[in-house]
Amino acid sequence: MTDRTGRYDVAIIGAGVCGANIARKLSQYELKVALLEKEIDVSLGTSKANSGIVHGGFHDNKKYLKARLELKGALMFERLHDELDFPFERCGIVVVALHEDELRTIEQLYLQGVENGVIGIEMCSRERMLELEPKLSSDTVGGLYAPSGGIVEPYRFVFSLVESARKNGVDLVTEFAAALARREGDDWIITALDGREIRAKYVVNSAGLFADTLSKAFGAEDFAIKPRKGEYYLLDKMTKAKPNRVIFPVPTAVSKGMLIIPTVEGTVLIGPTASAVEDKEDFSTTRVELEKILQSARTMIPSISETDVITSFAGLRPVCGEDFIIELSAKAPHLVQVAAIQSPGLTASPAIGEYVKDLLKKDGLRLVEKPDWDPCVEKVRRARDLSPWELDEMVAKDPAYGDIVCRCERVSEAEIVKAIRAGHTTLDGIKYVTRAQMGRCQGGFCTYKIIKILMRETGMGYEEVTKRGGGSYVLRGEL
Amino acid sequence: MKQLKFDAAVIGGGAAGMSAAAELRSRGCSALVIEREEELGGILMQCIHNGFGLIEFNEELSGPEFAQKIEERAVASGIEALCGTTVLEIRQEGGFHVVYGVSSRHGVVRVEAKAVVLAMGCRERNRGNIRIPGSRPSGVYTAGLAQRLVNIDGYIPGKDVVIIGSGDIGLIMARRLSWSGCKIHGVVEILPYPSGLTRNIVQCLEDFGIPLYLSHLTTNIRGKDRVQGVEITPVENGAVRYDKSFEIPCDTVLLSVGLVPENELSRNLGVEINPATNGPWVDSRLMTNIPGVFACGNVLHVHDLVDYVAEEARRAGAFAADWLAGASPQRELRLKTGSNVRYLNPSKVDPDRENKIYLRSMVVKNGAVLEARIDGRVVKSIKKAHVQPSEMLFLTLGPKDLAEPDQRTASQSAQVEIAIV
Amino acid sequence: MSEMICITCPLGCHLSIQRISETEISVTGNRCSRGETYAKEELLFPKRVVTTTCRAVGLPAGAQAASLYAPRRVPVRTADAFPKEKIPELLKLAANLEVTLPVRRGEVLVRDALGTGIDLVATRTISCGEPS
Repeated sequence: MTDRTGRYDVAIIGAGVCGANIARKLSQYELKVALLEKEIDVSLGTSKANSGIVHGGFHDNKKYLKARLELKGALMFERLHDELDFPFERCGIVVVALHEDELRTIEQLYLQGVENGVIGIEMCSRERMLELEPKLSSDTVGGLYAPSGGIVEPYRFVFSLVESARKNGVDLVTEFAAALARREGDDWIITALDGREIRAKYVVNSAGLFADTLSKAFGAEDFAIKPRKGEYYLLDKMTKAKPNRVIFPVPTAVSKGMLIIPTVEGTVLIGPTASAVEDKEDFSTTRVELEKILQSARTMIPSISETDVITSFAGLRPVCGEDFIIELSAKAPHLVQVAAIQSPGLTASPAIGEYVKDLLKKDGLRLVEKPDWDPCVEKVRRARDLSPWELDEMVAKDPAYGDIVCRCERVSEAEIVKAIRAGHTTLDGIKYVTRAQMGRCQGGFCTYKIIKILMRETGMGYEEVTKRGGGSYVLRGEL
Repeated sequence: MKQLKFDAAVIGGGAAGMSAAAELRSRGCSALVIEREEELGGILMQCIHNGFGLIEFNEELSGPEFAQKIEERAVASGIEALCGTTVLEIRQEGGFHVVYGVSSRHGVVRVEAKAVVLAMGCRERNRGNIRIPGSRPSGVYTAGLAQRLVNIDGYIPGKDVVIIGSGDIGLIMARRLSWSGCKIHGVVEILPYPSGLTRNIVQCLEDFGIPLYLSHLTTNIRGKDRVQGVEITPVENGAVRYDKSFEIPCDTVLLSVGLVPENELSRNLGVEINPATNGPWVDSRLMTNIPGVFACGNVLHVHDLVDYVAEEARRAGAFAADWLAGASPQRELRLKTGSNVRYLNPSKVDPDRENKIYLRSMVVKNGAVLEARIDGRVVKSIKKAHVQPSEMLFLTLGPKDLAEPDQRTASQSAQVEIAIV
Repeated sequence: MSEMICITCPLGCHLSIQRISETEISVTGNRCSRGETYAKEELLFPKRVVTTTCRAVGLPAGAQAASLYAPRRVPVRTADAFPKEKIPELLKLAANLEVTLPVRRGEVLVRDALGTGIDLVATRTISCGEPS
């Protein structure tokens, strides 16, 4: 695939949630599309470490593009969930006011939600709030309830979108760190750090945190993406503090605040913090910020306990101004900028796919629908979702379903093998696809098994096994 | 679906499960051990160092030797075992406990049992549990995972190692990796004293000149792809002195920061958990709040010696057999933790027989006295030359100790308080 | 004058040792006679039980597939405490040793290792057969 000399109609740079949605959208048409990703797997940047919320449509005014795309995108998830294979649930969102003066903001959010056409949004008394969420603090004075809000596993969403896109002919090129671009005739030639080249007529810059340097490489608009770090704690499924819905604090002018999120897979996520950082590859967590998370979460649900913490992690928001930047470049030909996609980027992403398709069409890209486009991917049966009877039937068909590799998240060998065969050949890749190593023991029991399965399936030597590519090797010698 | 019926289903085929099952068999009950690995033995199979068995077998054995000796005993007693089988769920169905397990060989197996013995052992606490900030590179392992990789699979996780926590597994791994050509740059312990046995400090650290940083907190893990170093910070008079932080360069971090009983199956079954042990609350028969469900070994509370696991498990097996035969205690007295006692197991005693009680001290103390009191009256006291939190203590209380001198006060509500003074 | 901690029991007596001659020392700080014995042995003839592993070989071709997680190492130990100064040499010996499966627990793999009179024995029975 990488030594292909052919020309692509569209090259999408960055396989995060935007790139993946755009790729899948374009896979519907008779086009040659390449999805270029600098990492060893997709979804390893901003799309991996975020809150995974399908927002309720009440936080932003419709004058913003991000609000319009959020409202549209939020409605597209049911269909995507039917067609693809990712966890999604419309569990609802509540915003909790802990002081009388916060109720004014609640009312504003309510009015904005009504204005935005959010279905079912309601103002809640203290009693109503505590009925919806009995674990909330007794300091609760009231709040807002948006039943249409939901949760997804963001990386699984991206994996599935990319799988669907590839199934419909999109070429995924990983470890392709786009660095230079030049015009050759009517085409762009994109050169990666390792010298590989890709030729394409149209280019989409969905490079997340690096959209600014990429824009410059194309001689396009000059803007600066500033990373804003968000740190999270993940709590054990067994936590007694799990709410029924996503719990938001009353937002401030700069942030939606730190949330308490019951994830689709049963764990609880708390965070994110918000702090400006310089380094776009600094995913470290810090003592000071992590402390804030527990404090903030406990003001809303006091029973949150640090003994429930199973891991912490950080993500970086690509920040540039107040709104998304999604437009045809005014300076570089046939380049679509998809930049500054911070919250509610995940919610908006399916609508961003449509929007970018329309921009490309406006710029002259001919769109002819494929007659054989298949919107569906295989829904992998997961041992943890099956009843004993269903699991028994699965083992009869494929005995590897009977070998439970990850006990904490109940992941069978069959699921791990499927992930490896789908191209996820790092420990992190396997983790995000299957959840093995993601539970309470954090891989303490299953890592050696996954290493062995990976070596068997790929023929890798022990020294080639990595956590997430690059220099993240796992073993350093053999006795 | 394969269906089986046993008097007792034992969940876990380590030292506890095998010992409990063997005891059940020797008392005429049928017993099935369900083990998720391909072989019986549990975590002992990777503990190739010696020091096991002094009490149980009167000789010093390695982990695999201890496990296989226990296994031989259990097999000789006629236990049955389903290996490679992960228990999915334990439910109550029609007056029985029903255990669902799955394996690639048999698919889902449904085991109907009158009694269940929980013997799932424990897991290691990890980086997230102790909330060490920093980046998330490769090269961070729990000591037990490293032990598995080195001792059974023959892989070296890294060459320049820092060990966080001075628990015994970490100390043992310091020696193991030193003997395998790795350099251990230090062991970092937050407490002012080591958590592991003195013997291991001497033979696993001092023999190799490995520095032990007591009263030091690990405050950061650095490295983008692979670990490059850890930042450690002294704790002085309870204050973390960030102004005195320093870094130890390394490519590998091993965590030996404690063990947690694995009670997720128990919780889902409705077993009530004692927050002091993270194991089930059990009565004088090691029975949980669910009738017919017993617990023993590290799933009940983390033991210091596997010899005590085997002993406790044998009692659990015997109690389960008694329960299957319809016996139950006339009355039970509640045990209460007194001063300096972190926990007691079990939490009740039967005043009509001998009871063995395991406990842990909260303090390091020379010349301590273990006291049992009823209504403030000392009924038993035992001198202990030395107590420390990392070491389990035990005492026995029998009918003589628990007899009421005054019939009027003999009531169900009587409590026995156990204290370290 | 040197110091050491007695590890015979958990009391951990801090011993002070005065060297009298090549083969004689005097010990103070011990609370029982075992402290003196320990100090003498530890200073004059230090020994350790050595536990390590050897490479397992000769697994039938089919057996590997039967269990992906089957042991690749055979755990071994010295049958008795081993002179400390010879441990590095012993470890080298063990590292180069290949043990053909099946192996029985207690099987002597190296008799009279390095002329010490102490054997190196396997500590785990590993068969090639199907697990139960």
